[in-house]
Amino acid sequence: MAVLERSRRQTNIETAGDAPATTVRLTIARSDAGAVREFRVALTQPAVVLDALLAGQRLDPSLGFRYSCRVAMCGTCAVRVNGRPTLACQQPITPDTDELLLEPLAGFAVVRDLVVDTSPFWNAWRRVVPWFMPGGPREALPAGDASRAEVERGLDCIACGACWSACDVVVTNAGYLGPAALNRALTLVADERDGARAERLRVAGQQGGVTHCHSILGCTAACPKGLDPSASIRRLRRWSLVA
Amino acid sequence: MGRGTAVAGCPVARRPASDRFQAMDVSFDVLVVGAGCAGMRAAIEAHDAGARVAVVSKLHPTRSHSGAAEGGINAALGNKAEDSPETHAFDTVKGSDYLGDQDAIEIFTREAPGDIYQLEGWGCVFSRNAEGKLDQRPFGAAGSPRTVYSADITGHVLIQVLYEQLQRRMSEGLVVFEEYFAFRLVEDGGRCTGVICWDLLHGGVKAVTGSATILATGGAGRLFRATTNAYACTGDGMAMALRAGLPLKDMEFMQFHPTTMYPSGILITEGCRGEGGYLLNKDGERFMKRYAPNALELASRDVVSRSETTEIEAGRGVNGSVMLDLRHLGPEKILNKLPGSRELAMTYAGVDPIFAPIPVRPGAHYHMGGVETDEWGLTPLEGLYAAGEVACVSVHGANRLGGNSLMETITFGRRAGRHAAEYALGRTAAANGRAETARADAEAWVDGLLAVEQGERPWQIRDELGQSMLENFGVFRYPDKMDRQVGIIDELRHRYGRGVVIEDKGTVFNSDLTQAIELGYLLDLAACMLQAGVVRKESRGAHSRPSDFPERDDENFMKHSITTWVDGAPQLSYREVRMTKWEPMVRSY
Ligand SMILES: Cc1cc2nc3c(=O)[nH]c(=O)nc-3n(C[C@H](O)[C@H](O)[C@H](O)COP(=O)(O)OP(=O)(O)OC[C@H]3O[C@@H](n4cnc5c(N)ncnc54)[C@H](O)[C@@H]3O)c2cc1C
Ligand code: FES
Repeated sequence: MAVLERSRRQTNIETAGDAPATTVRLTIARSDAGAVREFRVALTQPAVVLDALLAGQRLDPSLGFRYSCRVAMCGTCAVRVNGRPTLACQQPITPDTDELLLEPLAGFAVVRDLVVDTSPFWNAWRRVVPWFMPGGPREALPAGDASRAEVERGLDCIACGACWSACDVVVTNAGYLGPAALNRALTLVADERDGARAERLRVAGQQGGVTHCHSILGCTAACPKGLDPSASIRRLRRWSLVA
Repeated sequence: MGRGTAVAGCPVARRPASDRFQAMDVSFDVLVVGAGCAGMRAAIEAHDAGARVAVVSKLHPTRSHSGAAEGGINAALGNKAEDSPETHAFDTVKGSDYLGDQDAIEIFTREAPGDIYQLEGWGCVFSRNAEGKLDQRPFGAAGSPRTVYSADITGHVLIQVLYEQLQRRMSEGLVVFEEYFAFRLVEDGGRCTGVICWDLLHGGVKAVTGSATILATGGAGRLFRATTNAYACTGDGMAMALRAGLPLKDMEFMQFHPTTMYPSGILITEGCRGEGGYLLNKDGERFMKRYAPNALELASRDVVSRSETTEIEAGRGVNGSVMLDLRHLGPEKILNKLPGSRELAMTYAGVDPIFAPIPVRPGAHYHMGGVETDEWGLTPLEGLYAAGEVACVSVHGANRLGGNSLMETITFGRRAGRHAAEYALGRTAAANGRAETARADAEAWVDGLLAVEQGERPWQIRDELGQSMLENFGVFRYPDKMDRQVGIIDELRHRYGRGVVIEDKGTVFNSDLTQAIELGYLLDLAACMLQAGVVRKESRGAHSRPSDFPERDDENFMKHSITTWVDGAPQLSYREVRMTKWEPMVRSY
């Protein structure tokens, strides 16, 4: 199949034109068997995988992928790069990169190319009763307190689904809540202002919950925000045993 | 409902939960377009007021650009130093360069504290002081530290909490149509009765109808090549309203954020300067002392952006940028207070601010203009509301203060949701006679777009638009450059109007199609901005004409520009600023 080429000048999506160019060969998993799978794009440094995808889309506008914020904050653009789930907008393409394999997240049905149906992820999220229910003291979680650190540790989850893709259990056990939902549950359970601790621990402890985790730590390795969902799961497990 | 901010004297009809409908072919009471902070807050309020609510959004709600806000949200809680809604109002009026409507600003600052406590009650994890009270940080041009925050992920935490409240109401019948791209308003007998959408995941043109519609589609930063805004910020709601004959207000005012990273435009929060960061020129001089001797780096954003641009134009920049230096804050403060900013600088500029300064320059950040509304978010079209960055109430006037826009999404999102619900529940369901015709028209239009086989690719026009807007209609606006830009926009609109080729003819996740539609929106909005900018012969807030009209001219221009779309072109008129108690003064910091 023909490899599509593009010039350096056209590539300039986000970066300035004076930086050195890196030429990368992309192999992209396409849902349409007849679609072009290989692209050659030239990118100015610093570059991230999203820049390469956008450059590729100019060559083949039918190339499907999601993105929005381009600063690793919205969680829209998660894909697998060389087999590893990550955010396309955060994954640097270093000057010495020659080739990249881009695939959709694992554990989801493909909608088109790199776009997947994330509904299993959100359905699991919904099962942990993911909304705060007032019950504890209002003026809590003071600065510097251990209770606060516990809550803040898991707060920055952007629900990108990288952990879901990296989790071996999710793939084999359709009922498993998965790392992100359990991390969210932990964050709420740890919040002493919340009044639904018992209910959340019950959900986390039952079928589909923390006991299914094999502690392979795939989620923690994958998290683009540097969170540690496997530690959240361990803590939830301990608390749900005590509860 | 039980909230301190509920509207007094407005009894609200409650409907039993069983009366809520889920099906798509049913007309909703309130339809919200957009699911950022403003849209979600509006939907929650309308639902709590008893309305059957549907939300349509081109992104999953948590992907909305509100989630990228870092710095914080302003309310006069007075937790850190003495403060009052009155002081907050004065700062906002002054910050707006006296173009903000003072009645709206007073409502805003009075209701903001109640809204913050309500968010707290929903579990929002704000940063706190040692006693457990909500902490407040100093922000630009604020008379008191009044910015409530959550480390530097404030927008993310707000989005998360609002989405959770939305999910809770989804279990009670609220419906969310995710990845629905709205592109036309439906008008029937002088009322707005819904929107026409393209279903991104399944393809197809669909009508979603409601007795009241709330636009909450966010800003239009993508008009400029250097911008802090997400790719999705293409001004869709403004353009839809414009094409439906509605007035847009103060379109020429685009705020440039003074600290966006070179070269990407990615934002470094004002919180960095709030915590004590310096701005340096190439000689290592803290140049702000020459421009704003008292406020220094914490002067209002327009002042800082202009100072930087002056330094850069005078050859005292580095690579078209200046330097944001945090090194003297020390690793501990940087790691504890500004971890997100450090991460961004490392990934996108290759700089660790603990050891090196970050190259920054002004980039398009926040659009003060938008769909004209009253203080309930109601537009001149019955049944149509707007809230958040898409709207122009106006609380920001010619220049928004950092932290005021997130607050606006919450306070005015709530007000629009409340008013829309009351309106919808107080009348019989929308007559949907027009919806199917409008849908069929829209479908024929989309088919027409897809049928174009020869012509330019949309991105060629988009690149030229972004680049030329930045060059000719950026921080400083010079008459010759504006003239040139008017010509460029005409030409680009002509090229677009001739027909661009959408190569992807597919139905599933056809972003080629939606990007082409978004480009049309951006071009319309650019024409409006330019026209209003050329005619505003003064310098006020974010609109700065250093060579021909360097001063504010209250006599001739203390008024809102109003743009309507007439015969395929923008048409300009003016509206008085509503004043209550603050007479215009010279704005200096
Ligand atoms: C990087 C950054 C940092 C910021 N930091 C701060 C801060 O610290 N404090 C502060 O007060 N303000 C800040 N702001 C400004 C503030 O975040 C925004 O003004 C505010 O979040 C806008 O919220 P919104 O709900 O109006 O729009 P958005 O959050 O942008 O949401 C728009 C919604 O509309 C939907 N939408 C758009 N078009 C369509 C369409 N055609 N059809 C269907 N749906 C559509 C989108 O999917 C999305 O759900 C910041 C802005 C940026 C860019
Ligand atoms: S585009 Fe938002 S996280 Fe990548």
